[in-house]
Amino acid sequence: MDIQVTDLSKIYSGNVSALNGVSFHIDHNGTFALIGKNGAGKTTLVRILSTQLMPTSGRAFINGSDVVQDAREVREIIAAVPQEARAVPWMTPMQTITSYLMWRGYTHSESRTMARDVLRSLGLEDQENLKNRSLSGGQKRKVLVATALASEAKVIFMDEPTTGLDFISRKELWDVLAGMKKDRLIILTTHYLEEAEQLGDRIGIIDHGRMVDMGTLEELRGLTRYPLSLKIFARNLELPDVTGQVRRLADGEIQVLTTEDQAYGLVTSLLASHIRFNVQEISLNTIFESLVQGGANGE
Amino acid sequence: MFRGVPTANRNVGSQIYASILVNSIYAMVNYPVTLINTLLAPLSILAVVTFASHGTLLPVAAEGALIMNMVSSGTSMQGDLSHLKNDMRLQDMVVSSPTGPGIYIMGMALSEIVYSIPTLAVLVVFNILFVHLTAFGSVILFLDMATIFTFSVSLGFLLSTLSSDIVQSWAFSGILSPILTTIPPVYYPISYIPLPFRYLAYISPTTYSAQIAQNAAHFISISPRFRGCTGRFFFP
Ligand SMILES: Nc1ncnc2c1ncn2[C@@H]1O[C@H](COP(=O)(O)OP(=O)(O)OP(=O)(O)O)[C@@H](O)[C@H]1O
Ligand SMILES: [Mg+2]
Repeated sequence: MDIQVTDLSKIYSGNVSALNGVSFHIDHNGTFALIGKNGAGKTTLVRILSTQLMPTSGRAFINGSDVVQDAREVREIIAAVPQEARAVPWMTPMQTITSYLMWRGYTHSESRTMARDVLRSLGLEDQENLKNRSLSGGQKRKVLVATALASEAKVIFMDEPTTGLDFISRKELWDVLAGMKKDRLIILTTHYLEEAEQLGDRIGIIDHGRMVDMGTLEELRGLTRYPLSLKIFARNLELPDVTGQVRRLADGEIQVLTTEDQAYGLVTSLLASHIRFNVQEISLNTIFESLVQGGANGE
Repeated sequence: MFRGVPTANRNVGSQIYASILVNSIYAMVNYPVTLINTLLAPLSILAVVTFASHGTLLPVAAEGALIMNMVSSGTSMQGDLSHLKNDMRLQDMVVSSPTGPGIYIMGMALSEIVYSIPTLAVLVVFNILFVHLTAFGSVILFLDMATIFTFSVSLGFLLSTLSSDIVQSWAFSGILSPILTTIPPVYYPISYIPLPFRYLAYISPTTYSAQIAQNAAHFISISPRFRGCTGRFFFP
């Protein structure tokens, strides 16, 4: 799969600029996780790529087809679960998925068989004939995700599919997504950074309508100035001089973001003074904060 | 894992049927009470007009109820489309699928007819019993109903593109039914309206529809000249 986006902009009525010349290229299968603050432009980007919204300027191609001019071809291979989509309350999960697959052109009986398979794989077989309204919030989201997953679509857009799910349900969905991504491209937006970390073969960070950075977690980490985090379990400690960013955490512990060289010296001195600590590569949370907020680590 | 077989030739019939399932059949199957829901409005006005006229207007009102049914099934499209678009975001999911807009809208329009089939059946029986139509008259009435449905479904579609939330669509529905079916001379002859106001009735397309229906049943005669269009009412 291949998505090519060039200088894409979107200005909504009222002169709200949601996308500001976004350009990027995805040429792999798997999961592409899009992260960014509220209002960063994730939904706008996803809606343009999934042919629901016209860009103000710029172009985007999915497998070589223009999302505006060749929308028909694009729609043959994509599926989307919008951020605010809801399972129709008076329909059953079976009916929800069956009808969606019929819109994709499968016959009624093919659709029912496919729907039953996907419901089983999501552990919803006991709920398949209950009304959606009687499902839990997480089960409802799963039904929506299942519509796209059951389909043959090669590129699937999911805008915050796991928002509101408990940790266990989210992990269940991760497993399903991980199983589905082998021969397709799943573009997923999320506010759960550990989810992007877990699922995203590549991660894109969008801020103020621009793609700030994208790459594998490793590559993003490489973009930050201080890729290591030392957590020191001691209060009122006089730190030796160190190049990096020092933060006092709420529980009184100290976090030092620093480079590998600096960390080496610091670790040696901590060991010598028998102070407890741990060292980790910085998490996506920290990367995100530094790249988006332009904190000291990012500059 | 799943039978994700790409469909080279997508089944257009399935795509249309999907809209009919979602917008009518599933609702009727899951909540059988909806089967009588569309029957209530036309039948109650029919009853009131019949009682108030001591039965003389029953045939006219039976045709009127048919017109009201076609108009309200058509305009329901407005609320249904905006509900699926704005509240469920289902329309966005369909947009990002191989179903084109024309197929989606056609399926939705047909679903409105399917949804009103139980009501239609009852009203057709009423019309067979009380309106004695010739074969030619029946054809005219059928075409008349098809035309008024096409008009109202188009109006419903147009309004759904304008409304951005459910409160707005409720407002539209509340306005449409009285101004298109209750007030205009649909359930009663136009000659009952005092003359200066009679011309106002012609603002509503349902007035023409009712005139054609009443003419098909020979309740009125529409002369070729406009003067006659107001109709003369032949009743015992
Ligand atoms: N229909 C609209 N009309 C006007 N402005 C809009 C519209 N939709 C979004 N915006 C604006 O565009 C910007 C980007 O919105 P978008 O929904 O793309 O953000 P997002 O990254 O998806 O945010 P969130 O994480 O909260 O879902 C915001 O400033 C928003 O206010
Ligand atoms: Mg969003």
